[in-house]
Amino acid sequence: MEALVFYTLGAIALGAAVAVVAFRKVFYSALSLILCLTSVAGLYLLLEAPFMAAVQVIVYAGAIMVLFLFVIMLLDPFSGGVHPDKRKYLRVLGPALGSIMLLLLFPMLQAYDLAMAPRSPDASPEAVGSVENLAMVLFDQYLLPFEVTSVLILVAIIGVVVLAKRRT
Amino acid sequence: MDINHYLILSALLFATGAVGVIFKRNVISLLLCIEIMLNAANLSFIAFSRFLGQVHGQIFVFFVMVVAAAEAAVGLAIAIVLFRNRETLSVDDADLMKW
Repeated sequence: MEALVFYTLGAIALGAAVAVVAFRKVFYSALSLILCLTSVAGLYLLLEAPFMAAVQVIVYAGAIMVLFLFVIMLLDPFSGGVHPDKRKYLRVLGPALGSIMLLLLFPMLQAYDLAMAPRSPDASPEAVGSVENLAMVLFDQYLLPFEVTSVLILVAIIGVVVLAKRRT
Repeated sequence: MDINHYLILSALLFATGAVGVIFKRNVISLLLCIEIMLNAANLSFIAFSRFLGQVHGQIFVFFVMVVAAAEAAVGLAIAIVLFRNRETLSVDDADLMKW
């Protein structure tokens, strides 16, 4: 059962990711990326990380993709449609380089042995992904990075406002 | 399911995103492909978190998501500025700093 869910969600995620690359219209690419992100959220559920799945759907497939769709809506009708490819060799070179990367990665990932990794002996999988445990670790051990993150977001907000402001 | 399945799926997703970054010509498409790559990395992190029984991978995914949100916002603002100045979204036309 778990394998069935994994292969279904994995196939949907991979197919949607390939569709993102294959579609010529950027609007369709964005829509299939939403599908990809949602099925990855399903995989998070399968990995017993329900909170991360919820965040993935709300923040990623929700907020960030809405931002993308807004910008596509603003710009795409005026951008003259599909851009002609000036360098045809990239159409061959891209997939070739991707396949080489996969060929190099595959044996390594297949041979990876979990027994070599350090383990914390006492945590059960359900307890690890629970909201309580996440909050305890995030607001205790990772408090400083969490606060620094807010500075990053502030910088991003100011940067976006400065960039997008119309020079008069 | 063992962790190797998840790692290989993650590698496949990452390679798809990387191929997209290499041959897509639209700035917004490039940002979409970068999101795929970030997600592939996140999937690996969550898989390790599950199979090692440690929460740190999920915390890291949290921070990756924050950085991705900031990156998407700034990147899209740059795309808008590029379009305003050049009347195009093609990366081939934005080569002022290339050589």
